[in-house]
Amino acid sequence: MRKYLTFFKIRFANGLQYRAAAWAGVATQFAWGGMTLLMFWAFYQNGKNSFPMTFPELSSYIWLQQAFLALFMAWYFDNDIFSSVTSGNIAYELCRPVDIYAMWFIKNLAVRISRAVLRCMPILIVAIFLPKPFNISPPASVISGLFFLVSMALGLLVMVAFSMLIYISTFYTLSPLGIRILATSVIEFFAGGIIPIPFFPEKLQTVVQILPFASMQNTPFLIYNGYMGGSQIFWGILIQACWILGLVVLGKILMQMALKKVVVQGG
Amino acid sequence: MRLYLKYASIILRGQMQYKVSFVMSSIGQFLVAFTTFLAMYFMFNRFNSVNGFTFSEVLLCFAVTLAAFSLAECFVRGFDTFSGIISNGEFDRIMVRPRNEILQVLASRIEFTRIGRLLQAVLMLIYAVPTSQVVWSSDKIATLVLMLIGGFCVFSGLFIIYASICFFTIEGLEFMNIFTDGGREFGKYPISIYGEGVLKFLTYVVPIALFQYYPFLYLIGRTDNVVYMFLPLVGVIFLIPCLAFWEIGIRHYKSTGS
Repeated sequence: MRKYLTFFKIRFANGLQYRAAAWAGVATQFAWGGMTLLMFWAFYQNGKNSFPMTFPELSSYIWLQQAFLALFMAWYFDNDIFSSVTSGNIAYELCRPVDIYAMWFIKNLAVRISRAVLRCMPILIVAIFLPKPFNISPPASVISGLFFLVSMALGLLVMVAFSMLIYISTFYTLSPLGIRILATSVIEFFAGGIIPIPFFPEKLQTVVQILPFASMQNTPFLIYNGYMGGSQIFWGILIQACWILGLVVLGKILMQMALKKVVVQGG
Repeated sequence: MRLYLKYASIILRGQMQYKVSFVMSSIGQFLVAFTTFLAMYFMFNRFNSVNGFTFSEVLLCFAVTLAAFSLAECFVRGFDTFSGIISNGEFDRIMVRPRNEILQVLASRIEFTRIGRLLQAVLMLIYAVPTSQVVWSSDKIATLVLMLIGGFCVFSGLFIIYASICFFTIEGLEFMNIFTDGGREFGKYPISIYGEGVLKFLTYVVPIALFQYYPFLYLIGRTDNVVYMFLPLVGVIFLIPCLAFWEIGIRHYKSTGS
């Protein structure tokens, strides 16, 4: 266990180095979140149809999304991992007395968390002081707040467990580029990264909610703003837990199969 | 120009060597744009219209922005990845060659996989052109073409500014993304829906609204002011300060030495 903790620490410290990049990122995300809200505002102005959530709820969702973007960004992949497979450096990793799946998993967790730690605070603080209804509201209740934290941790695990599948696919395809961009756009869309899932047509929603993508950012943010309450929170977290289990088992099996017949690329 | 075509054909042949990867990337590009379209469709499915613009009108706007951006990204991609050229010293080699630097940077990268995105734009145009209830007289067609040209120039100009900043900072500035990628993402709706302030900023500072919003109003018949039709040409003029900034950047260039 200690060695994995060390991997985590190294990556975490490494991620904290890029402060200037983080500030640029914060500014970009801030503008991005603001524009998204203005777009929704325009729709809310003249639409008389029923809105899936109130505008303050939506504001909270969007700002959480921007603040914790690093945790759930679908396009982040560790290039070292890809190149270790394609260049043959994987041979060294195989010699080490560590489980490769666990090591990659930990590294990814560390990078995502370190980036989020750097970026979330400035965004959240400014978002609190924005004029209503564009500001972020406090969690819907104390219970929502607590379960939001639990659910966010689980969501991060689902996200990383899913991206592990993409890494593992490199063993089979050797060219990660195509799959990467495909996976990124599918995750972004079905996780509610472009528009929140409650804005999807109703029939589609019932399907999307059980997909693993909804268990990433969708569940924690909807718990926070009170869209999901009572037993829904329970079900949401249960689905998240199931997906973590399912994805990790699937990933481990695929990894084992790949390693059995791994061809180390010379070089 | 002949030299550029020569470069282009070499790059195209190079990318065609990896056909599967090329096709996958193009499909990926298409999907990225398609999910954005889908999200927009869901929104209009629920709300019908935004600021009085209907779905097919907005689609027209989206298609023009996306097409202009894809074309710019396809051919001006060299500037987008310029920080790499500076930091690995490639620019030193470019400067000693007896050809124009801009031409060489342009020709260093041509991203033909953007065809996927362009395809999405074309499909949307095919859908939106007949359904948008625009009477397609010759001046409307001319407006559409002008919008595309203006858009291409504005996005190219932004890429050039982005590259020029690298002369001073070596690294690319992530913040510029809000104008390039952001321009594409948020340019899918007529700029006016974001409110007065944003509209003014995107008119006078970063002239995205000039090729997108104003001529679009003329296109769908919200205004008869012919001036609006020719505003995209101002977008072409926007290239001049961008190129001037580039020249200043070159004079400040210090090799990174690696």
